[in-house]
Amino acid sequence: MKTIFEKSRPGRRGASLPCSRVDERFCRLTELPPELRRAQPAELPEVAEIDLVRHYTQLSRMNFGVDVGTYPLGSCTMKYNPKFTEVVSRLPGFAGLHPLLPQLRRGGLLAQGSLRVIHELEQLLNRITGMHAFTMQPLAGAHGELTGIMIMAAYHNDKGNQRSVVLVPDSAHGTNPASAAIAGYEVVTVPSKGGVMDPTAFKEKLSDQVAGVMMTNPNTVGLFNPHIAEIAEAAHRADALMYYDGANLNAIMGMAKPGEMGFDIVHLNLHKTFGTPHGGGGPGAGPVGVVEHLAEYLPISRVEMRADGTLFLNYDHPKSIGYVAPFYGNFGVCLKAFAYILALGGEGLKEVSEDAVLAANYLRAQLDAKWQVAFDKTCMHEVVFSAADKAAEHGVSAVDVAKALIDAGFHPPTIYFPLTVKEALMIEPTETEAKENLDALVQAMNRIADLAAEDPEALHAAPLSTPVGRLDEVEAARHPVLKEPEA
Amino acid sequence: MRFTPHTPEDRADMLAALGLGSVGELFAGLPEDLRCRQWDLPQGLSEPEVSQYLAKLAGLNASGLVCFLGGGFYDHHIPAAVDALISRGEFYTAYTPYQAEMSQGTLQSIFEYQTAICRLTGLDAANASLYDGGTALYEAAMMAVRKTRRKKLLVANNVSPIYRIMLKSYTVNLHLELVEADVSDPAELERLLDQDTAGLILQNPDFFGVLRDYGQHFAMVREAGGLGILGCNPIALAVAKTPAEMGADIAVGEGQPLGLPLSFGGPYLGFMAVTNKLLRTMPGRIVGRTHDAQGRVGYCLTLQTREQHIRREKATSNICSNEALCALAAVLFLGLMGKQGLVELAELNMTQAAYARERLTAIDGVQLLDEGPWFNEFRVRLPLDARMVVSRMIDKGIAAGFPLGRYYPDQANNLLVAVTEKRSKEEIGYLAEGLEAVL
Repeated sequence: MKTIFEKSRPGRRGASLPCSRVDERFCRLTELPPELRRAQPAELPEVAEIDLVRHYTQLSRMNFGVDVGTYPLGSCTMKYNPKFTEVVSRLPGFAGLHPLLPQLRRGGLLAQGSLRVIHELEQLLNRITGMHAFTMQPLAGAHGELTGIMIMAAYHNDKGNQRSVVLVPDSAHGTNPASAAIAGYEVVTVPSKGGVMDPTAFKEKLSDQVAGVMMTNPNTVGLFNPHIAEIAEAAHRADALMYYDGANLNAIMGMAKPGEMGFDIVHLNLHKTFGTPHGGGGPGAGPVGVVEHLAEYLPISRVEMRADGTLFLNYDHPKSIGYVAPFYGNFGVCLKAFAYILALGGEGLKEVSEDAVLAANYLRAQLDAKWQVAFDKTCMHEVVFSAADKAAEHGVSAVDVAKALIDAGFHPPTIYFPLTVKEALMIEPTETEAKENLDALVQAMNRIADLAAEDPEALHAAPLSTPVGRLDEVEAARHPVLKEPEA
Repeated sequence: MRFTPHTPEDRADMLAALGLGSVGELFAGLPEDLRCRQWDLPQGLSEPEVSQYLAKLAGLNASGLVCFLGGGFYDHHIPAAVDALISRGEFYTAYTPYQAEMSQGTLQSIFEYQTAICRLTGLDAANASLYDGGTALYEAAMMAVRKTRRKKLLVANNVSPIYRIMLKSYTVNLHLELVEADVSDPAELERLLDQDTAGLILQNPDFFGVLRDYGQHFAMVREAGGLGILGCNPIALAVAKTPAEMGADIAVGEGQPLGLPLSFGGPYLGFMAVTNKLLRTMPGRIVGRTHDAQGRVGYCLTLQTREQHIRREKATSNICSNEALCALAAVLFLGLMGKQGLVELAELNMTQAAYARERLTAIDGVQLLDEGPWFNEFRVRLPLDARMVVSRMIDKGIAAGFPLGRYYPDQANNLLVAVTEKRSKEEIGYLAEGLEAVL
């Protein structure tokens, strides 16, 4: 499809502006001398509003979202995003509020509504995770990881500990090692046994150089690590902190809390667990929670309550790591998550976890006959299969399976992750897919398994139903074309 | 209210398929002593109850004030078509486009966004967005450190103080040297530049709203072997000399003015554009154009070997998802404004601000601080503490500006005033009359 730039026609307009509302004298721009002006106007599209609306409506029809169909992308928790949360996030009282307003004298009083959202959400997240205090500042899950590691560093620096290493299990999300490295740590990988981090292997890597351990539980292969208390105990004995990657919290709400498992720092992906939309890759939000003795290191500002019940922003925390975001986080996303939690309540959140785990195990059992499951035991909210047998026998890889699923009308699972499983296919159905959708997915997967034996070539050709077929990614990387050339 | 579709029969059928009697058996792997000790969350509410509660909270905010607050975040008009299009579920309920064939909508719109950012900045390549202007500035600084393998960063003290605090937070453990100085004077810059300088960070318009040409500064840092980084206001780029024309290597900025609501600080959008030589050290997602086997044009994520899902601890950054929907809003905004419209919008902002400047400086005791030219913001010195003055103006229904004393202790009487196309002549009049009355 042509780009919006190719659809441009000189002289077309898409928006109207007020003619200068001030004195005629100011209507002419006389202030910017030529040496400060750009030589040519930027070649932005010249289109009418209808051209633009049709262009992006057409593009939207070439896109697949949760609203379109089943999206079992493992580890991403692509659950349904309720519509009313979108509406409340756009209420003018919230959407129009300037973030500097509470930084004026007595300005906190001008933003009591938004401060209350942050304060109440913090209390709810504390209860859900077993943490003592949260910051809403981090703007995404990976940003939360970086914030958490910065808090870890502040803790050790404050105590005079010399620590240079962060331990990460081999099944971890790539963002975990990346966040630790970017914060200045050496990353050491701990091998898994039976799919989960082995306490013996962990203790071998543990030393007085270890600042902390980054884990998620259940982990990325969908398994709950039953040794977590033993691991946390050993870590704490070495004065290393336990970091919880909240990517998989959807599986255990109301069942277990990271704080009660021994974790000290937690980030939550609001867009995963609390059903705020992923937006094609953002915005998300990654609040970070900590146990009591780490609260003094949280970013500033912190929302706190005065004796009279009013809320204010407290910047007076001398041990704080500072600002990780300009203001109070992705407030609009936090607001949607707050509305989601209020709507579901404790019982609803617990039901989320039950149904998510039930759905994943149902798929595990239904697919078991024709697909090799990576770990043949009860899983949590996601389940990992391997296409390694089909690759070896029929030359059908995980990517072939994924592309065939597209033709069947499904978004494919996560492929080639976790790295600990060959030809991995990680399915996370979530709690919002009805049984008939799960059954349809099973049927499509099993049909693909049959085709792998009968007609592998058909799978290499997939997808055929989409606007484009498999794209030449090597060409894209070797000869990068990253923008429309100028005419 | 719940959003799970399962009927009791569905659940029973699924459990039966697993040979289980209850959902609880699925959690048997959780050791007893790790089970939730208590789960004291409130009861769920219906949609109208939540909506009413949140409407009540929204009402506690003083969002109706006439807004002259800026500081890098502006109250611009957002055309209705922006919200209408980003509200399409196919866009906002999608994930990062890992499966290109069914994500061409997101991918092409990102490619168009990259194109628009390149054309605004004049630089060669843009990424698919970062979290916000401040994190984008930090990422740019880290690119300079990676590329030059040097340790010192020079930051002008008229770069947003909010972003300078962020930069400090992020670099405190990295053994970098962060030097903040008044580098508008080339002689001072000459003194500070050395063989260890990774980059020079400037901002245009600066935090006080003043537009400058930093061509000479970037020539000097290039001469010293460092990189030039320029923070920009994207609407000002419609008229101002581009980062490329000034010789900057990296342009970054806050995309909020491009169709995103103020929303109490987020979600916002960090944009970034670089010269070709820096392409492979750039963080975040990048979309490229390519072809399928039949020769059809399509788009996919590219240059992914820089990223954390492949290189893990060796990746250029830890950024995984970004702000794709905000980038979509930005390209929609830029498409609606178009080539001429954006220039007119920028000029309109400047003329509105010029009018406000004239009105305010006509007041006894109010003094203009900088030599222009300015974009849509400027600072004035008041005869009284600016915090007190602004506080009194709030009582008149006006957020008169940002008192600079908060971030610049020696500027207690200085006020930063921003004026957008949304401020009418009458509102600017109220501001002037109000100030005159309270001074």
